[in-house]
Amino acid sequence: MIRLVGILIGLGFTLVVLVSFGAGAYTAATEPTEKPAYYSFKQHPEAPEGGFQFAGAMGTWDIAQLQRGYQVYKEVCAACHSLNYVAFRNLEQLGYSEAQVKAEAATWTVPGINPDTGEAATRPGLPTDSFPSPYPNAIAAAAANNNAIPPDLSLITKAREDGSNYVYSLLSGYDDPQTFTNEAGEVFAETAPDYVPGVGLHFNPYFSNINLAMAPPLVVDNQVTYSDGTSATVEQMSADVAAFLTWTAEPSMIARKQTGWWVLAFTLFATILAWFAKKQVWSGVKPKRKD
Amino acid sequence: MATTTSNPEASVAADAVGEDGVRRRDFIEIAAVSAAGIGGLIMVYPLVSQMAPSADVLAESTTELDIGSIETGQAIKAVFRKQPVFIRRLTPEEIAAADAVSTDSLRDPQTLAERTQEGHEDVLVVMGVCTHLGCVPLGAAEGEDKGEFGGYFCPCHGSHYDTAARIRKGPAPTNLAVPEYTITDTTLVIG
Amino acid sequence: MSFPWAKEYEPKNDLTKFLDEKLPLPRFVYNAVGAGYPVPRNLSYFWNFGVLAGFCLMLQIVTGVVLAMHYAANADIAFSSVEHIMRDVNWGWLMRYAHANGASFFFLVIYIHIFRGFFYASYKPPREMIWLLGVTIFLLMMATAFMGYVLPWGQMSFWGAKVITGLFGAIPLVGEPLQVWLLGGYAPDNAALNRFFSLHFLLPFVIAGCVILHIWALHIPGSSNPTGVEIKQESDTLPFHPYYTAKDGFGLGVFLLLFFSFVFFLPNVLGHPDNYIPANPLSTPAHIVPEWYFYPFYAILRAFTFDFILPAKLWGVLAMFASILVWFFLPWLDKGPVRSGHYRPLFRKFFWFGLIPCMAFLFFLGGAPAEEPYVMMSQLATAYYFLHFLVILPIISSIERPEPMPYSITEAVLGSDKKAVLGENAEPVAV
Repeated sequence: MIRLVGILIGLGFTLVVLVSFGAGAYTAATEPTEKPAYYSFKQHPEAPEGGFQFAGAMGTWDIAQLQRGYQVYKEVCAACHSLNYVAFRNLEQLGYSEAQVKAEAATWTVPGINPDTGEAATRPGLPTDSFPSPYPNAIAAAAANNNAIPPDLSLITKAREDGSNYVYSLLSGYDDPQTFTNEAGEVFAETAPDYVPGVGLHFNPYFSNINLAMAPPLVVDNQVTYSDGTSATVEQMSADVAAFLTWTAEPSMIARKQTGWWVLAFTLFATILAWFAKKQVWSGVKPKRKD
Repeated sequence: MATTTSNPEASVAADAVGEDGVRRRDFIEIAAVSAAGIGGLIMVYPLVSQMAPSADVLAESTTELDIGSIETGQAIKAVFRKQPVFIRRLTPEEIAAADAVSTDSLRDPQTLAERTQEGHEDVLVVMGVCTHLGCVPLGAAEGEDKGEFGGYFCPCHGSHYDTAARIRKGPAPTNLAVPEYTITDTTLVIG
Repeated sequence: MSFPWAKEYEPKNDLTKFLDEKLPLPRFVYNAVGAGYPVPRNLSYFWNFGVLAGFCLMLQIVTGVVLAMHYAANADIAFSSVEHIMRDVNWGWLMRYAHANGASFFFLVIYIHIFRGFFYASYKPPREMIWLLGVTIFLLMMATAFMGYVLPWGQMSFWGAKVITGLFGAIPLVGEPLQVWLLGGYAPDNAALNRFFSLHFLLPFVIAGCVILHIWALHIPGSSNPTGVEIKQESDTLPFHPYYTAKDGFGLGVFLLLFFSFVFFLPNVLGHPDNYIPANPLSTPAHIVPEWYFYPFYAILRAFTFDFILPAKLWGVLAMFASILVWFFLPWLDKGPVRSGHYRPLFRKFFWFGLIPCMAFLFFLGGAPAEEPYVMMSQLATAYYFLHFLVILPIISSIERPEPMPYSITEAVLGSDKKAVLGENAEPVAV
């Protein structure tokens, strides 16, 4: 009885899903759907030349690069983007002393309260504060940026596929829609004229829909003056800030990988012992293989 | 986790018995069980240490204050490690009253000088936490009961502290604690 | 448990004698996972996954209780409390990554455990109750995992909660009020987050209770084995301890090597980047997908695209629930006289060339975007899924001729069994 009912139910579901299949096949055959024209111009994120030092299982932070990246963030990105989950005290991990961090924090202005009147005010940052947003709230941020709210950057490299390379590619990848050609040799403005960015939008083949609200933030070489003498090309600045934002997304990343090697080594050792112990226990009852 | 054992009775395997009577197989099994035990103990470490104060709590373990505006005879309450701190600028009379007491008669013998810093003998910084059971004593704010000795008074179980915040009467075992602090100019840094 | 040759627990000193008299816990453990439990001597490594699943459950409970000490179930601060765990809490990143990847590995282990049951037809009498409890555990795990994924309150958390509770909206008449009741509002918010947290904390202990029943039920007939021949004599078995404790210990080591590789080196590979964006009720991610372990069922849900008598959405919901509920009926759908796939030629072919590729496709298609050709492929895979369990399995189990089987486990392992040769029962025995 159960089997009879089961067969009927099974055939029922199969019939219904095959009807859907037929309908879908008919639609697919009669109305071929095409992807929007800009799809063939989208680019996958690429690593900067030489790659990132933190990448891979044996990676380590390049402290000098993180410091340069912080400088780019402070002088360029911070005009619009906050780092809500990163506190100034975290900068100690970038090789700054406690006193330097305190002085650095004080150069930032954070929201506070007037101690006498209780009204909203600003004060110099303390090591325990996090990197503030330049806007008091989301509405102000949207109003100041043509309705596009600049996202918090603390987690940006974890919140995008292949995030570190994505940030690098996006920042260094702005292009001209009139001349940009894809692998097939098609010119963007000719093949996808509907997607040429309008007012307030900018062409970037690494962005999800190619039309990015953020104006190119890094436009000329030496926009930032590095104190360690590194030549500040747009690529260099993009790579440095991408490295910095990888650190802000997960400051414990390198500690995690280094712990991992010890854990794996110990587990491997214990597993090998367990293998020999298992063999030993079973040695008396294991038959010889017949085949 | 269950790994292996060296329980010889549960086994039907033919074992090589060495000259000293210890079977060879015991060694590898003891080693494997030990490794599993050590691994288990290592796993416990992060489980225990996660309950210790986190990095943001530790970072808040210093408090900075401007004490320039505290007038003689006045006291303010501040917060240090989520607990109240009383900062009082003592009047000459209060200092004299504190110095007049013989330390031999005290439950927790300490002079006022030992409880303040050189050059700032009039600034008394103590935790606002009664040493009996942790209530907040009265006496820091204007108009509060300062107790029989003109310092602080804990209403929970009636501990009286004098002008140097030393225990004089009631159940508290020790004086109000003095936190570690430094004073530069008018800036007080606790912790 | 009922094997007459099972070793008897003997307390050796005063303390164990005292305990054995007052509360015979050592005896209980001895009979459950000690030398007092005779187990078929021919179990393959596929039989390790039960113990591994138990380990995963404990790992999830321990790391979960720890995370709950730092997590705040409030829509305003849930996301930042998770970042607090990742950045400030001592070893918090390890706890969270172990918990998040632990869920994935728990499902990986459970899927292998279930598919081992499919191939060796472990659900057949006398083990129906073990199987029913197992499917119940799987359903509870799915509910727990879904609610746990909502807790970080990222974009995928929020939209996952919205989409999955939206499924209940497909039920006629009561659907929409039911959805509002489930969420405690019109969209996921504090009310939903708090009840999900509460239930996410509670359900693992319900699972643990079901696991105890599952193991209890297992100890009545004893474990099944790769030949599917029931235990006949002492030479068919070995005591669980030390033989299978040793083997499970080694298996656990291999499992941990793989697990730690993910936790320490690829902790976000199984997750989705969008869940590192705080929940935003005003913006939907381009491509909403559940965690990978829900992909097959998500593919079945999305396969129904045509309003055939009933709305397509309702068909999808019915099919998705039916696809798991059908597992409950397996002991009665498969009437074949032989258990193990090793001796069932037709069953074996449909398993390896039908069910396994079908599931592989469903796993792949559940994560693929909802566009052609993926939708059409998932429709074919869904059709096969239902045909396999509800049509093919009942039919082949009544028509197929099993291959010759060993007389006993002893014969299967050692090549001969004296009793079989003596002709006590020389015919291959179907169970």
